[in-house]
Amino acid sequence: MRVYALHAGLIVLLFALHFLLPAYHHGNLARVMVLASYAIGYNILFGYTGLLSLGHALFFAAGLYGMGLGIQHLGLAPAPAFLLGLVAGAVVSGGLALLALRTSGVAFMIVTLMFAQAGYLTLLYFGTYTRGDEGFVIAQASRALWGIDLSDPGNRYLAALILFGTCLLLSLWLVRTPFGRVLVAIRENEERVRMLGYDTFAHKLAAMVISGTIAAAAGAGYGLLFGYAGATFASVQYSIFPLLWVLLGGAGTVLGPFVGTLFMFYLIDLSSGITTAYMLIAGVVLVALTLFAPQGLMGEVRRRLWKGLP
Amino acid sequence: MDLGPYLVLATLEGAVTAAVLALTAVGLSLVFGVMRVVNIAHGEFFMLGAVIAWALAHGLSGHPAVGFAVALVVAPLVVGALAVAADMTILKRLDYDPERTIVATIGLLYIIQQLTLMGYGPDARPVAAPFNTRLAIPWFEKGAEGWQMIWPWGLGTTSYKLAVIAAAVAVLCAVWALMARSRIGLVMRATQSDREMALAFGIPVERVYALVFGLGAGLAALAAVLIVPIQQAHYLMGADPLLLSFVVVIIGGLGSLPGTVVAAVLIGLSDGIISVFFSPTLAKILATLLVGLVLVFRPQGLFGKRGG
Repeated sequence: MRVYALHAGLIVLLFALHFLLPAYHHGNLARVMVLASYAIGYNILFGYTGLLSLGHALFFAAGLYGMGLGIQHLGLAPAPAFLLGLVAGAVVSGGLALLALRTSGVAFMIVTLMFAQAGYLTLLYFGTYTRGDEGFVIAQASRALWGIDLSDPGNRYLAALILFGTCLLLSLWLVRTPFGRVLVAIRENEERVRMLGYDTFAHKLAAMVISGTIAAAAGAGYGLLFGYAGATFASVQYSIFPLLWVLLGGAGTVLGPFVGTLFMFYLIDLSSGITTAYMLIAGVVLVALTLFAPQGLMGEVRRRLWKGLP
Repeated sequence: MDLGPYLVLATLEGAVTAAVLALTAVGLSLVFGVMRVVNIAHGEFFMLGAVIAWALAHGLSGHPAVGFAVALVVAPLVVGALAVAADMTILKRLDYDPERTIVATIGLLYIIQQLTLMGYGPDARPVAAPFNTRLAIPWFEKGAEGWQMIWPWGLGTTSYKLAVIAAAVAVLCAVWALMARSRIGLVMRATQSDREMALAFGIPVERVYALVFGLGAGLAALAAVLIVPIQQAHYLMGADPLLLSFVVVIIGGLGSLPGTVVAAVLIGLSDGIISVFFSPTLAKILATLLVGLVLVFRPQGLFGKRGG
């Protein structure tokens, strides 16, 4: 009960902030919520299943470009384009999972990294359609969903909140189902789970597709809400970001991805005012986290204050 | 020009790439083989080597060869010392856990890269080669009076490029001699084959690890000093060598030095040839896909032994 109160409370709080925040932070928080949805997707694979992927930008970009190219070249309306993004994410993550799950540990990390890099380079190679690094702007006219203009800051915030709330509750529900319990068991001891008669490959496959599809939803949402698609979103940096956010917030906690994204976003926002080398902060935080706090912020909360935090 | 001279040109360019790549990849392979650590920051050690070479060539007055010769010695030492420090302060405290060290070296990558951006700036800067004579290459063509020797325009190389290839071969031989013939190499190989047993026999495993990490980074820096008169020093230049080194190390079989060298020659040459005839992006797409597929279907590498 307390668990549901906590997570519903966060969503209500974010809704209340819609009326309270000044314009600058209002816009930032909308962005944080979309990126946190991406981190939630990542967390299902990394935090709960224990598979460290270095290629999630591929899924984010699959959603972003599935949606964006659908609007740009097929003339789709936003809703079907969003769905196309989801389907693209599911197909790409399913395909990569079939290959990458044949490996484990370090090999899994490198395989996902390499395929994501190949995907990024492919986006550059087909620059005539994707406009490569430069990217393309998704016209305001094609960003109206059922007559609601998503480029308006108010609507954008609420749409981001709906996307984030859906992803948050979905992941909360998922990790408390028997399926989610099996995922955690795979993270802790895969051999033993297999001995108990579970099909670990099928579970990992499903986890990767769910994770990739949520990441794609975040990507498609990002494109719709902020009106831009560029190859940068497919680069290695965007595979490292969700890892950083989840590690900082606490891997294997439902709230961790949001907390980590929020902290990191403002940390980078503040430091980029001082220097252009803002990725330095990301590097220092990564090293410090692995050295001193591998549990992350919410992981520490769980360890010290509330053992039952999901 | 016909296809033939083009192919010769592409092979020559590819051979230079292969030479530098072999040095960088052997560094990565050594670190992986002995320590079981995947060093994502390897490309940044390469970049640091190039930047230090620029700083020395720029700072020391006199003939360009003086600064370059100093850089050839100093850059690998400085970068190696930095890597040893990183090993002792970060990797050692993580107990060389494979997954956590990857995350930590990703962090290290950004730290090195961004500090260089702050100190050195975003510009690409050239370093003058110590010597750079143009050498034209003759070509045989069947003309009206039978076969004759011609000098096609644009077909040629420079003495410096040939020197790079020779230097890389010499260094690789030195590394081989170090690993196979010296006492320290014996200790390294003992640590590689069984860490616990080596520890039991009184080998200071942690010091060996620090040394190997420094040596690997030093090799990358040396490769960068050699290539910097051909390319330019830039703070983002570490990405491509890192990617290609990964390709080479994985295709050559993880931790196998001869496999790494063979794969470097293969990848360097084919990269040069594909880049000349098609596009560099396509060459990179093919290379990354190849690595992914090799890891999935032949994790021991194309030249590695099963279970090795």
